[in-house]
Amino acid sequence: MSKEEVRLFIGPQHPGITGNMSIELLLKGDTITWAKTHIGYLHRAFEKLMERRIFIKSFPLVCRICVPEPDTNEENFARGLEELAGIEIPERAKWIRTLVLELSRLQMLIMWYGGIAGSMGLSTPVQWGIGDRDYILDLFEELTGARIYHIYIMPGGVRKDLPDGFEEKVLRAMDMIEKKLPEYDEIIMENAVVQKRLKGLAKIPKGWVEEMGITGPVARACGFPFDVRKDSPYEAYDQLDFDVITEEGCDVWSMLLVRRREIDLSIKLIRQIIDKMPKGEFLTRLPNVLYWKIPSGETYVKSESTRGEFGYYMVTDGSDKPRRVHVKGPSFIHGITLAERLLVGQNIADVAPILVALQICPPEMER
Amino acid sequence: MGLKEVLKPLGAWRQIARRPHTILVPTIKREAAERYRGFHVNDLEKCIGCGTCAAVCPNEAIDMVKVEGFEAKKGDSGYRPRIDYGRCCWCALCVDSCPTTSLKMTNEYIWIRDVPEDFVYIPGYDIKGFEDKEKGYRKDKEHGLTNYNRVPMRELDPGERVKSFAEVVIGYTEEEARKEADRCVGCGLCIAGCPDRMHIPDYIRAIASGEYERSVNIMYENNPFAELCGKVCTRRCESYCSIGHEGDPVAIRWLKRFATERFSDLKEVIKVRKQEPKDKSVGIIGAGPGGLTAAYYLSLKGYKVTVYEAMPEVGGMTMAGIPKYRFPFPSLKKQVDFILSHGADLKLNYYVDPEKFRELMKRHDAIYLGVGLMKPWNLGVPGEEHPNVIYAIDFLRKVNFNEPVEIGKEVVVIGGGDVAMDAARVSRRMGARVTIAYRRRKIDMPADHEEIEGAEEEGVEIWEKIIPLRVEDAPEGKVKLVYGKAKMVDQGPGKRPKPVLIEGEEYEMVVDRIIVAIGQQADLSFLPEEIEEKLEVERGRIKVNERQMTSIPGLFAGGDVANRVADAISAIADGLRAVKGIELYLKGEL
Repeated sequence: MSKEEVRLFIGPQHPGITGNMSIELLLKGDTITWAKTHIGYLHRAFEKLMERRIFIKSFPLVCRICVPEPDTNEENFARGLEELAGIEIPERAKWIRTLVLELSRLQMLIMWYGGIAGSMGLSTPVQWGIGDRDYILDLFEELTGARIYHIYIMPGGVRKDLPDGFEEKVLRAMDMIEKKLPEYDEIIMENAVVQKRLKGLAKIPKGWVEEMGITGPVARACGFPFDVRKDSPYEAYDQLDFDVITEEGCDVWSMLLVRRREIDLSIKLIRQIIDKMPKGEFLTRLPNVLYWKIPSGETYVKSESTRGEFGYYMVTDGSDKPRRVHVKGPSFIHGITLAERLLVGQNIADVAPILVALQICPPEMER
Repeated sequence: MGLKEVLKPLGAWRQIARRPHTILVPTIKREAAERYRGFHVNDLEKCIGCGTCAAVCPNEAIDMVKVEGFEAKKGDSGYRPRIDYGRCCWCALCVDSCPTTSLKMTNEYIWIRDVPEDFVYIPGYDIKGFEDKEKGYRKDKEHGLTNYNRVPMRELDPGERVKSFAEVVIGYTEEEARKEADRCVGCGLCIAGCPDRMHIPDYIRAIASGEYERSVNIMYENNPFAELCGKVCTRRCESYCSIGHEGDPVAIRWLKRFATERFSDLKEVIKVRKQEPKDKSVGIIGAGPGGLTAAYYLSLKGYKVTVYEAMPEVGGMTMAGIPKYRFPFPSLKKQVDFILSHGADLKLNYYVDPEKFRELMKRHDAIYLGVGLMKPWNLGVPGEEHPNVIYAIDFLRKVNFNEPVEIGKEVVVIGGGDVAMDAARVSRRMGARVTIAYRRRKIDMPADHEEIEGAEEEGVEIWEKIIPLRVEDAPEGKVKLVYGKAKMVDQGPGKRPKPVLIEGEEYEMVVDRIIVAIGQQADLSFLPEEIEEKLEVERGRIKVNERQMTSIPGLFAGGDVANRVADAISAIADGLRAVKGIELYLKGEL
């Protein structure tokens, strides 16, 4: 640190930070010359806890690894156990899971869409995002019995079938959101301030994507068509018709474009799912969960979360508890490896939009 | 980028004329969804305190606590879940795993108090005002975490069964047994139902995990007749099973049968530690399950044990009374051989009379009486002494000992207990047409419902509300039963309705044999006078204390002769209790 530099912490209590984390910066004037991510503010030892719990007791735990999008965790954990225990789940369960995952992605993206505007001081869309997301949370409440921690996708399938008339309610909510989206676009995408600030901001060199293991919308904004839903389809994704969305700009604006287009994609997928949803059983009977032992084995299951590739590496040893569960969240790479390098050379005022664009979720870094 | 991009965002002002997203709580109350996971409610009457909710709770938010002023019913631990809402994560695993479905969640989510202790409470007992809420998360029985459906037991086809004395029950395969055992939630309420307090959840869990040898060893800790119980036990435990409240109870009896039958040589399996030989000796009169249980554990403790049996085979009623299609002889022999291999001496065909009894009292330091009930109750109607009227236990004994017995083509069995079912089903196997005549209704029969069903499947007819009036001779070597019909008179709540004869009506049936199976009584004529005088007998049973000792020091008794619950497992339990009593007595501590 030279005499011309100032050391500044953003977070853990700062409105511009994306959760309980902190970024330590060295500033020369307004320009960042060095950045370091500090975590440890919400370490709850999820992975270690799981090693001490029988399998079923981890099922209400995993959803807490990412608060706004719990279902990816539930689905990965359940699918991993099913793979290790050799459990086949009913077809309808796969479709319901896919529906839940897409609804979850949609509510996360809507909240994010408002959030990126908020990071630039446009506080109106933030309120809209939170408000419109609630209509999807209402659906979750009706389907799963809870708004945030659904604890719904359990090993063997899903806990309850769709309630009566649920499909129509989903479609109605989709129509409503779709009608509202142009108004968002007006004040975000078509806003001179947003365009001026985000176009060309924080350009990621293409080489970093593969070097660092960048995934999800960030990679897709750099022109890489990485999407687990397409690359190694899980649940019912192989039966859905969609194309991977990419942009070439590599900057925050492209990340915004990718995510905006993904909102449309999610709505399209949800409509497809409702249309193709088969009838039938939705849960396979598990062995007695209090004494459930799973044969020795290891597996890596992954899925596409809103932020990128989300994975569970699971090892079982024939006992009633997992030997090891490792959670791979995309934020680990985006929030540490990438953010620390990407922030260098940026303006202090752009830290918040960059962090939001990378969509960092600190609990994923601290399992 | 131009003026358009500057003006466009002003479109947001349109919102000013729109309805807000938010709900003005508490002015407007928003009801949560139908299956919302809110505060718990518990039906205290339905709850049995099995503790499955506490076992599955991921946050240890549930404690099982004693509830003041609440009396535990049969099959109820008397404990109820207390939930700490500082720990609860509202996952509803407790609801999904509640075997009785008593624990539910309401869709109530607002409850405000300033005292933190108010958030630790017993749902259903501490009244919070949302107990009557109809909406909320409920367990769906088909998709909950409890498996209510028993793995069905394969049996011989009824048409096949009546052709021989082959065992009716075929038994579980390994896969079936493990699947069935896995249904057990391990609450342990069944232990209270077992007279012998067998360690049921432990051996069932061992079966579920494929550790059959360990399972049998657990059984032998307090029951050397595990295989017998696996075949013919009255399985009181199953009526206590927590899963049985909403579904089929775990097939505890069949699982025991499965595990014990796997091993033909018990010596290789059961690991016993025999204590140092002691110089005291114990005499056991009657080689039934109770007497042999005492013999087994006493010989393991190093006592010199001699068993005296009047019949030419050991086993008591399990040998003489239970038909071979339920309990084959080789199975009995395997168990008895193992029991006797630990040093107990056996004297067969040894009928104890008063003189011999006096001698035994001198010879042994303690005596255990397990003589059972060998004398049948009479019908108490005129003409009963007719040679074609026979008694079920005599009949069954003769059949089991392969003695010649003639029953003809048409038989009526009088009675409604297990012995009546045995007599009827044995008669079917001997080619007779069989009717069971019972003075109450079928639903009042004390016999095991599976036995009743089995008998009916094999073609036995059951006549209800029949009261025998007299027996008369009939031509062609037959016998005539004259009977009246009964009406059921209610005796008030909790009591069985009483059959009362409808006067003035008489019916008759002509059959080859009348088999009387209305119960047995003790025959204590072998006791010397001086003992009989001092021995306290209460309503036909020898009175014993909690260590099975009679009013005469050193004389212990158990099984049917002392226990009103006349079944094998109660006799085994008595034998086990007597072992402790005899041990204390011989040490001079009782």
